Amino acid sequence: MLETLATTWLSLPDYARSTVWTLVITVGLIICVALLTLWERKVIGWMQLRRGPNRVRLFGLLPGVGQPFADVFKLLMKEVVVPAKSNGFLFRLAPLIALVPALAAWAVIPLSPTVVVSKADAGLLYLLSLTSMGVYGVIVAGWAANSKYAFLGAMRSAAQMVAYEIAMGFALVGVLMATGSMNLGTIVRTQEGGGLSWNWFWLFPLLMVYFISGVAETNRAPFDVAEGESEIVAGFHVEYSGIAFALFFLAEYANMILISTLTAVLFFGGWEGPFQGYSWLGLGDTFLGQPSFLWLFLKAFCLVFLFLWFRATFPRYRYDQIMRLGWKALIPVTLVWIGVEMLLAVYRIGPWSRAWYH
Amino acid sequence: MLIEALFYVFGAILIAAALGVISARNPVYSALALVMCFLTSAAIWLLLEAEFLAVVLVLVYVGAVMVLFLFVVMMLDVNLAELRQGFTRFAWLGWLTALAVIVEIVGVVWARGGLGIDAGRGATPTAPTYSNTLELGRVLYTRYAYPFELAAMLLLVAIVAAITLTMRRRTGLKQQDISRQVAVRRADRLRIVKMPAEKRS
Repeated sequence: MLETLATTWLSLPDYARSTVWTLVITVGLIICVALLTLWERKVIGWMQLRRGPNRVRLFGLLPGVGQPFADVFKLLMKEVVVPAKSNGFLFRLAPLIALVPALAAWAVIPLSPTVVVSKADAGLLYLLSLTSMGVYGVIVAGWAANSKYAFLGAMRSAAQMVAYEIAMGFALVGVLMATGSMNLGTIVRTQEGGGLSWNWFWLFPLLMVYFISGVAETNRAPFDVAEGESEIVAGFHVEYSGIAFALFFLAEYANMILISTLTAVLFFGGWEGPFQGYSWLGLGDTFLGQPSFLWLFLKAFCLVFLFLWFRATFPRYRYDQIMRLGWKALIPVTLVWIGVEMLLAVYRIGPWSRAWYH
Repeated sequence: MLIEALFYVFGAILIAAALGVISARNPVYSALALVMCFLTSAAIWLLLEAEFLAVVLVLVYVGAVMVLFLFVVMMLDVNLAELRQGFTRFAWLGWLTALAVIVEIVGVVWARGGLGIDAGRGATPTAPTYSNTLELGRVLYTRYAYPFELAAMLLLVAIVAAITLTMRRRTGLKQQDISRQVAVRRADRLRIVKMPAEKRS
């Protein structure tokens, strides 16, 4: 039974297999987003000495697990109100513009040594261009709603995203220098050899810059001025209701997972295990010594947790502080570290002592 | 076959979007149609196996330039009636330009062979191991290193010029000194006063 399945799977044409993988990844991602919303509410609840959602059960499982699904069904049933003087076409289009880049980016992310939808050679650039397109959803939503608050939120978010994209791009340049490739699979493979040979060790400042920019890019606290409740109600999606709002929510959480997974891939060795390359541990053939999807999942999970932790801990930045941090702190850090990397490359230290560099 | 079909689909979308740029009444729609143009031309470049250029087109023009464009267009209070004034009066100029461009394109297509351009053929298929990005980088940093550096310097000068042109120093502006804000200690601002509880009289 299993063998026939495996042979039919291998005999399928390439496009059929990538279509199946696309479906699997998309559905898996949406379920992850649903569970992440629950996890966020639980974690923040625990941090604030509350219990978080604990009413809706799913199949008699832990209390609260059914909450995100109940929320989705509630939002599906509600009316999508289109404001009278809004631009109806763009108003309806904007949630899709926000969502599509967040999903499309997963095409080039290597999930395990064998599973990736597209082994695109310019994968890193593809990712950068897609994450930069996410801002259109926000701008178009803010403008089409024809509301002052929504427009203010859209303008804030646009300026913020353009500023932090530059720092993000520079951090990626550093990763490029350390791995010699823009193919994400190759980037993971060059980091092979245990926890200390991953990029985070030699590129630590860039890791910081990348992750902070990632938090800003997803408009999450403490950089959530685009929807700062206390100032502009809910920012760019203030006029959205029902499932249209849910799509923005989905895009935001999918982006969070994306940034976390990317940080894991670029700086923490993706699907490489932390104990590989340490033969004295004697883990060689066991599960712990092998690369697998679970390592990537674990790393991404820990990084997503940071997003939730930040939200529960930090007060919101003022707008001018955000701009200052982006332009005057993060970008200079990346520039300096790229200079340091140049020296490391000249003297063949760290990642530059590896085979690909010679 | 599939590639040709895709080419015509993208070509049709590209032309429709380009027409949208010049015919849309709302400037925001024009800007969004231009975004569509860039995206479809990137797709056509992908069909020609120029994936690096395609991605960079999206990254630079869609991701950065058009965001700022849209930003400005949305903030502007454009008077549409004033804009459309004289549309018919200057239409002949537009037609003339369009005609010149069409003549040029047709000329290139007809002159294929003579100019060494084989316009009727798609991209030469390359081996799966061929890396467009790698090849481009190799040429850019070896053979064309000096022109590349010069172009970079030119862009830097342009940035500096643009910033100096738009920089205004307004007098009497109250500004926050962030380094002083950050350096503040509790002792500078806070004084804890001991207040023993009053006895009930």
